[in-house]
Amino acid sequence: MSEPMAINGDMAIAMAWKQIDPDVVAAYPITPQTIIVEAFSDFVANGEVNTEYVCAESEHSALTICVGASAAGARVATATASAGLAFMWEMLYVTASMRMPIIMAVANRTLSGPINIHCDHSDAMGGRDSGWLQLFGENVQEAYDNTIMAFRIAEDMRVRLPIMTCLDGFIITHALERLEMLDDKTVKDFVGPFRPVRPLLDVKQPTTYGPLAMPDYYYELKYQVQASMDAALDVAKKTMDDFAKVSGRKYHLAEGYRTEDADYVMVAMGSTAGTMRYVVDQLRAQGKKVGAVKVRLFRPFPAADVAKLLEGKKAVAVMDRAMSPGTGSPLYMDVLQSISRMKDPPRVSNYVYGLGGRDLIPGQLTEVFQEIMANKGDRINFMGVRK
Amino acid sequence: MANEGSSSLPAGGMIIEAGSSKKYKTGEWRAQRPEVDKAKCTDCLTCWIYCPDNSVMVKDEKMVGFKYSHCKGCGICANQCPVKAITMKEEGVE
Repeated sequence: MSEPMAINGDMAIAMAWKQIDPDVVAAYPITPQTIIVEAFSDFVANGEVNTEYVCAESEHSALTICVGASAAGARVATATASAGLAFMWEMLYVTASMRMPIIMAVANRTLSGPINIHCDHSDAMGGRDSGWLQLFGENVQEAYDNTIMAFRIAEDMRVRLPIMTCLDGFIITHALERLEMLDDKTVKDFVGPFRPVRPLLDVKQPTTYGPLAMPDYYYELKYQVQASMDAALDVAKKTMDDFAKVSGRKYHLAEGYRTEDADYVMVAMGSTAGTMRYVVDQLRAQGKKVGAVKVRLFRPFPAADVAKLLEGKKAVAVMDRAMSPGTGSPLYMDVLQSISRMKDPPRVSNYVYGLGGRDLIPGQLTEVFQEIMANKGDRINFMGVRK
Repeated sequence: MANEGSSSLPAGGMIIEAGSSKKYKTGEWRAQRPEVDKAKCTDCLTCWIYCPDNSVMVKDEKMVGFKYSHCKGCGICANQCPVKAITMKEEGVE
């Protein structure tokens, strides 16, 4: 374990990649992810890693290069955000369906328009159905830790799917926070060597990747991704258990805070989780029975874990840093499906917030708690918008 | 309809057998079939060079016909033939 240092989230990810030393990184810079690939390309130029770094002409090309490298038998990482992730959209599905365990840092930034460089989760939500696993970090330490765990989860033979390690743009990517790094050997031992499956470069086992599949096979091949997602829940849980042994930091797929005896619970992902716990502590000091749930793994969605945390509660507020115009937002929809078989389910409300980098103020979360405690509020609410 | 289950298929639909395209009878796609008039044919083998599906059969350096199991009927052979010995005929029409 290193001495704690002050570092931003993007640098923390670049440092994690440096310790893992992937075979190939192909990327295209985009705010607020740029620091990751900028710092990492310095490591490559300085000979501090053995990585082949490919400067692509676009994000679509970057991910395509990553897929080719992964099929060839390489351990691959990349990073993107916002419009860059949207431009990868076609290749996101190809990456997952071809079962390429690529790790991609996503510095969550909103999508145009209007054009805006600040944080929300709408970019990652555009990829939520593509077959990628999605881990959301709350702070710089989690951005680093999630990255290390992601390589092991993605490359597990039961999973073999790509993972997005999501971190809130600017709030985590650019803010200096305290980071405790593991030493290089611990990281290398934890991640282990890369084990390719029928690499293209193995001429003794000729293999065709990504062939056509007609109506008689497409569905079955798509179901493979579902089966791997199911397996990933358990693999992720075990990986988090093992990570606790080497780091002392215990993570869960979904993490409850003061939920045991709570009647009212708030659910959120990313940097908001810290604000949420602060508000819970304030209301607990006033005797209110409130709690919080942070969802770390969004895909696959840990429905059973979330249901367990919400069982017997009176009301739940789901905070979504993304919107789906015309219906509920993604996290809300998944919380609803998690509790849909519950005998006496809590009253669940959706609160959209923080779009395009709009600041979240603790008092606003207090108001949300007050609203659900008073049995008020619509099913879907747009917190703080000037109507 | 195929009957293999999802879990018995190679991950991601990888094809783990070399040369398996032989088994894929693309001749079923054909709407027009090429026919050769050997009285005009000079065995220059231009059709054999151009055929994208390796469906022109050659024996002892002579053009001896088409492999209809894989010929998609694209007509490139008829278009390229320098002596107009290949014609495209509608499938299903006598």
